Amino acid sequence: MTDWPILSTVTFLPLVGAFLILLIRDDSDNARRNIRNVALLTTVFTFILSLFVWAGFDNGEAGFQMVEKTDWLDSGISYHMGVDGISMLFVVLTAFLMPLCILASWESIQSRVKEYMIAFLVLETLMIGVFCALDIVLFYVFFEAGLIPMFIIIGVWGGKRRVYASFKFFLYTLLGSVLMLLAIMAMFWQSGTTDIPTLLTHDFPASMQTWLWLAFFASFAVKMPMWPVHTWLPDAHVEAPTAGSVILAGILLKMGGYGFLRFSLPMFPDASLYFQPLVFALSVIAIIYTSLVALMQEDMKKLIAYSSVAHMGYVTMGIFALNQEGIQGAIFQMLSHGLVSSALFLCVGVIYDRMHTREIAAYGGLVNNMPKYAVAFLIFTMANVGLPGTSGFVGEFLTLLGAFKANTWVALFATTGVILSAGYALWLYRKVVFGALSKESLKSMLDLSTREKAILYPLIAFTILFGVYPAPVFDVTANSVQALINNVTVSLDAAQSAAAN
Amino acid sequence: MYHAIVFLPLLGFLIAGLFGTALGAKASEYITSGLLVVSAVLSWIAFFSVGFSPAETLSIPVLRFLDSGGMQADWALRIDTLTVVMLVVVNTVSALVHIYSIGYMHHDPHRPRFFAYLSLFTFAMLMLVTSDNLVQMFFGWEGVGLASYLLIGFWYKKPSANAAAIKAFVVNRVGDFGFLLGIFGVFVLFGSVDLSTIFATAASYVPAEGAQENTAAIFNFLGHDLDRAGALTVVCLLLFMGAMGKSAQVPLHTWLPDAMEGPTPVSALIHAATMVTAGVFMLARMSPIFELSHTALTVVTFIGAFTAFFAATVGLVQNDIKRVIAYSTCSQLGYMFVALGMGFYSAAIFHLFTHAFFKALLFLGSGSVIHAVSDEQDMRKMGGLRRLIPVTYWMMIIGTLALTGVGIPATLIGTAGFFSKDAIIEGAFVGHNAVAGFAFTLLVIAAVFTSFYSWRLIFMTFHGQPRATADVMHHVHESPPVMLVPLVLLAIGALFAGVVFHDYFIGASYELFWKTALFTLADNHILHDFHDVPLWVKLAPFVAMLVGFLTAWHFYIRSPETPKNLAASHRGLYAFLLNKWYFDELFDFLFVRSAKWLGSFLWKKGDGWFIDGLGPDGISARVIDVTNRAVRFQSGYMYHYAFVMLIGVAAFLSWMMLGSSF
Repeated sequence: MTDWPILSTVTFLPLVGAFLILLIRDDSDNARRNIRNVALLTTVFTFILSLFVWAGFDNGEAGFQMVEKTDWLDSGISYHMGVDGISMLFVVLTAFLMPLCILASWESIQSRVKEYMIAFLVLETLMIGVFCALDIVLFYVFFEAGLIPMFIIIGVWGGKRRVYASFKFFLYTLLGSVLMLLAIMAMFWQSGTTDIPTLLTHDFPASMQTWLWLAFFASFAVKMPMWPVHTWLPDAHVEAPTAGSVILAGILLKMGGYGFLRFSLPMFPDASLYFQPLVFALSVIAIIYTSLVALMQEDMKKLIAYSSVAHMGYVTMGIFALNQEGIQGAIFQMLSHGLVSSALFLCVGVIYDRMHTREIAAYGGLVNNMPKYAVAFLIFTMANVGLPGTSGFVGEFLTLLGAFKANTWVALFATTGVILSAGYALWLYRKVVFGALSKESLKSMLDLSTREKAILYPLIAFTILFGVYPAPVFDVTANSVQALINNVTVSLDAAQSAAAN
Repeated sequence: MYHAIVFLPLLGFLIAGLFGTALGAKASEYITSGLLVVSAVLSWIAFFSVGFSPAETLSIPVLRFLDSGGMQADWALRIDTLTVVMLVVVNTVSALVHIYSIGYMHHDPHRPRFFAYLSLFTFAMLMLVTSDNLVQMFFGWEGVGLASYLLIGFWYKKPSANAAAIKAFVVNRVGDFGFLLGIFGVFVLFGSVDLSTIFATAASYVPAEGAQENTAAIFNFLGHDLDRAGALTVVCLLLFMGAMGKSAQVPLHTWLPDAMEGPTPVSALIHAATMVTAGVFMLARMSPIFELSHTALTVVTFIGAFTAFFAATVGLVQNDIKRVIAYSTCSQLGYMFVALGMGFYSAAIFHLFTHAFFKALLFLGSGSVIHAVSDEQDMRKMGGLRRLIPVTYWMMIIGTLALTGVGIPATLIGTAGFFSKDAIIEGAFVGHNAVAGFAFTLLVIAAVFTSFYSWRLIFMTFHGQPRATADVMHHVHESPPVMLVPLVLLAIGALFAGVVFHDYFIGASYELFWKTALFTLADNHILHDFHDVPLWVKLAPFVAMLVGFLTAWHFYIRSPETPKNLAASHRGLYAFLLNKWYFDELFDFLFVRSAKWLGSFLWKKGDGWFIDGLGPDGISARVIDVTNRAVRFQSGYMYHYAFVMLIGVAAFLSWMMLGSSF
């Protein structure tokens, strides 16, 4: 099993599924059922395989594991895959969320089922590829190509303003990507390699770091998204189908944070320190600003989307705190947010499928006829608020702690998010779930179906499990993060002594 | 055994919560209550085995929790005298409330959910009091907040209950904001959130005799370099902010009266006996660092004294029976904070202990009253119930005697409140603290008010002519035994908890009982000093109690017209008190409205007009403008094209000629 290219298998297995679906002619109900089944089976198998990646992962090793490398293009650009403690869990998270997405689309997607499933499977390959790629060109290919299926998913299966939303999404992300491509070319020109492990040990001159950092930042900040380039996210979420929102919030947003950890911090440490105040300021603004905006939303998905931006503010703040607690907290926060915000979008999807509206005012009193749904929604709401005992707390706490160690002002302002998040999240819950069931149209709504339980219950289990026993995640991330911080500190010290001479 | 004490309620919660509908209401009630009774009995065993023997502080590991860099925090149970006192309080009251609720919630269709929440609350509270580190304490802290939120909003169809639930959670979160920053501060100062490590390090901070104060900057907070004393003060004040939220101290008290929207057993358990005392517990637990910051303790005293006074004044004029008791709770918590601020931690915990009995008794008693008069809570519609519900009446009398601290000064004859409350008042007199005199004065005045509103409650509810409708009066009935037995048990505590335990809590057996659970500096002599106060100080609370009683008797028995006339002649003051000093209105204006206004401003103007306007929408609009203009050129008229072509040719030719001439 040691020589088996498991990462490539996990990455490309969904593509095999997509190919199989391509062979099915989509014109009868039977065929559609087959398409759905193939998609579900493929994603489930991928998830099981990803668990083998976790099982085979050596927590004690800080560097890259399960490495595969073959020549690909000229000039030393190779097909190079591998995972370390920072990326490995994102692979598992992606593979975990995918079957849930397929299940969530089981009944709500009735038109162009074939194309829809293919888009999702291709997207899965590309997303997993992003987290495994160890060559910067390969990374770029995966990173950018992921835009296309997402663009299609929003643009074809989205809501009323789907064209506006998908173009906004595309324009923003493309702008960042173009700058990143320029930076990648500059890096190749300067260092002569595109190999990420080699680049990690390469020292870029300080003046160049600034520009490279900004170029990468442009791309990752949009993906995150950070204030003020966040406005594409609420529109994209609102228009995307439920599963699209799940992938967007659960995985695509994490690529920004992952990018900071993989490129910005270790490759441009001087610039990272130089721009630390900028990132802190933007993070704090994001936390307070978007929380306040979330308070006033009338659309459920928009509210959750804004709260996502606020939560991503904790992530960027934790990453740039440049200490163990902050970075491990940020990784945990990303994973937890992947579970919790996905679950919240799925919860919205559950009632959207019944009522076909996302307007908060259209609901009220659902606890009366949907008690199971009310409990599930409550748990995710509390996780979103960061209640201890749910996974939401751990990341929030550690990132704030990390920030407090770096700068108390930042922690002070960011902690106000704790109050604001309680405000908007409980307000939403009250309007939708509590109260008397007075609206006629709601009275016929049924509680969770078996399929919906199969989607939500595993998420509940993991939200609470990682809230009470987060140790497995820390064990995976500890050494790699430690190595990352050492790497950054050493370069900073070197730069300092060079400046002193 | 300690595992059982803490985790049996969790088991009850899981059973009733997951399988409640399948098991049915009866089974859920019996399972949760039964487990709680077991837990309570075990707690008393623990109390006697830890409190009355030379046991060391125990730390029982349960599970790994946070482990990142320097942040190490595991789930563990810390057992010392302070813990077991809290275990007894929490589990006893909780078990009695569970049993009482079987009767009180008899008609409610959602009983499994109710009992599940009660057990969940108890579990969270137990995690709080057994916490071995600050993160676990925060878990319990938020867990009780969640349970409180769920129970206040238990009747989810009532909009007022939902609003109160959210208010309680959000206001508590304001306190948590401080608590979290306090935890971070502790971590930066001590390098750990583990209590044992913090206490060991804090002990080395105690300045040695004659040694120079260490003034080196060790901590930078908000741009200020703080020395040891300054850093400790900041950390203590941040932690205290958390305590203010949970223990309803001004200005974070506004949620507590509204929390009375929940079912009455909830008010007894959470909003009187246990959860609201979490702040007091936390400060006593952190006494090794609070003791080192004189400034922080002064602030604690001030806030506590002010709250004790403020809440008592508001309690004077409230008409809702539960709200009177709620303000009384708020006021009594103020007493406890004064004791803490004086460095008299044991008295604070003693008052917490006795208060749990008599305040739970008063709440459950008022629940019995409400039950009797068909869910009416307005005391103006009660009256004359004494003979109809005699057991409840006598239990309420006992509760009132204990709350007002009835006893014979300078003897050992008295109710529970007599021992604990008088100790606090006397402690305030001898305390070495800049605001000690202020605190003493306010506490004595508050004692007058306490006595007044307590007797006012009794007189308005039970004496005089019935003011309820004949229909309601016809249905008045004494509660079933399942509700009365808990009342009687609590009444026993309210009568005798003081006389039995005062020697251990604040008397000669202090060292033997507390061991190392509470920390006091060598120059803190309050434990001895408070015995040696002048006689008039010893008499002050007694006189205050008597004055309050007589005024209430005069106002509500002898001449019932007086209060109405008084209210009419001091209209402004009456409205000020009735509206709770307008705190709600002020906060609504300052925070709620401004946050909403800001939110909608940032959304519409910030995101919509500014960012999108300059960003994607702006760019696409400009592109459309440019193309529209370009489109206009294609007019279809030949002479337009010819004219443009002519200009082009002319421009080209002039450029050629000029260019060649250079």
